[in-house]
Amino acid sequence: MEFILITGRSLSQGREKEGGKFSEAYRNAVAICELDPQDLEALGIKEGDNVRIRTDFGSVVVKPLPSSQAPHRGIAFIPYGPWASMVTGDETHGTGMPTLKGIRAYIEPTKEPILKLQELYAGRLRVMP
Amino acid sequence: MSLTIANCVCPFCGCCCDDIEVRVQDGRIIGTRNACALGASKFLGYNHDRLPYPTIKVGNEARSVSLDEAIRKAAEILSKADYPAVYGFGSTSLEAITAALDLAEDLGALADNVSTICHGPSLEAVQNIGEVTSTLGVVRHRADLIVYWGSNPLHSHPRHMVRYGPMAKGRFRNGRADRKLVVVDVRRTLTARMADLFLQIKPGTDFEILTALRAYVKEIDLEVEEVEGVSAERIEELAELMMGCRFGTLFFGLGLTMSPGRNRNVEAALALVRDLNALTKFTIIPMRGHFNVEGANSAFTWRTGYPFGVDFSHGYPRYNPGETTFVDALNRGECDAALIVASDPISHLPRKTSERLMEIPTVVLDPHITPTTMAAEVAIPTAQVGIEASGTAYRMDGVPLDLRKLVDPPPGILTDEDVLRRIHRYVSGESP
Ligand code: SF4
Repeated sequence: MEFILITGRSLSQGREKEGGKFSEAYRNAVAICELDPQDLEALGIKEGDNVRIRTDFGSVVVKPLPSSQAPHRGIAFIPYGPWASMVTGDETHGTGMPTLKGIRAYIEPTKEPILKLQELYAGRLRVMP
Repeated sequence: MSLTIANCVCPFCGCCCDDIEVRVQDGRIIGTRNACALGASKFLGYNHDRLPYPTIKVGNEARSVSLDEAIRKAAEILSKADYPAVYGFGSTSLEAITAALDLAEDLGALADNVSTICHGPSLEAVQNIGEVTSTLGVVRHRADLIVYWGSNPLHSHPRHMVRYGPMAKGRFRNGRADRKLVVVDVRRTLTARMADLFLQIKPGTDFEILTALRAYVKEIDLEVEEVEGVSAERIEELAELMMGCRFGTLFFGLGLTMSPGRNRNVEAALALVRDLNALTKFTIIPMRGHFNVEGANSAFTWRTGYPFGVDFSHGYPRYNPGETTFVDALNRGECDAALIVASDPISHLPRKTSERLMEIPTVVLDPHITPTTMAAEVAIPTAQVGIEASGTAYRMDGVPLDLRKLVDPPPGILTDEDVLRRIHRYVSGESP
């Protein structure tokens, strides 16, 4: 299904990033996608399913959650963070500001797992001492 | 023995709340009062995932080294580069930012700050339109109408509504009963639920709605029944509320700057507020995210004439957003090294841009282990400003506040400012 994707701040994203970006709590706070409950139903999401989000810029698997800020049919929200960054756009239209809101996205249920932070960057982060 | 330190400034969001009480015991923070969930997580969680010592990349590993060695290596990377980028600064002191600008100038670098990916478009818009503004204190004491447009303060700036917004107890306006609250957003946010008037708009239609409001204020007939799904009556209702207040303030967030239209959206908002001043008093203030991103813009402006995206490669400052901005320069592969201070761009830049950043050697100054420090060629731990180091920050309305040092940093860990000055001395060939 087609959606308009917006990324933004959420309270738990702000709080959990202070507890460390490699924590499970941070991943649970930001590797998610808030959808309107009616859209969740229309997507046929079952308990335990994840969603794959595809945009012109990339694709990522995150956990779908019923939005507490509904109704917003057709809008998908992901908090700022490394998972959101997988699908945001580098085009700045001459302003310096990349494309972080209002992105066309395709969303489908999947059984694929949500990657851990290190896996997202596939071997590009050094092992810290 | 525990010690309570009153009136501390919270080093998290652009509200810079300056009434925080911090309890310190044996050199550790054990409690806070008055801070919101975000502020408390910062004061109590600053020791999570600390970067313990300087590291240099060796193969696929980061090896711990002495501070001197890290600084020497950092200076070597930056002086060897043809066009290094110097970037970050939302969460450090004004003193560190000026030190970084001194260094950037001598390096002939591209200097940019995190506003490039938050309110950069707002600054571009202000340059085109101008801005009718005020401090938050004036809003608190006088405003009888508060508008949040594309901003969800209950999530992003949790105490904003109580300290400066609809619930604030000011001199002439005493709390919620004395003020009206309007929220314009694409989702029915928690903030929207508290509004007297909530306008839910379609993503990417801010410009149209703002322009329709302007038309109404200027008594130009709309000649349509709806604008992008919002009925003309609703637009009229909001416009009447804005025109009829005695003192209104429009706070706008990244809903305007990041959505299609970007700086044009903000221009429309600035122009609306300007037009409203023909009829009443109205001001506009951007909801700045990080506690000192406003300070970064101010320091950049007084040093170079420009608030962000400054190119020193010609020996004098140049500014042309889209060309001299961090994301664009990385996308085009122009920078061949980067110095990053107090920021985690790898987590927050779009994937393609952060891949570019991971291809070049980077020097990163940060208190914490983040994807950006883990991808660094040289990572240097620094003290947490507002907790382990003092310094100045500018609140979202440009009011300077003193951040305090509450506890000592871990042994051997310097401030961003000290590390930057030492790198600079190495770069200039002096003994550091
Ligand atoms: S509102 Fe912002 S500045 Fe105030 S306590 Fe919360 S995070 Fe800190």
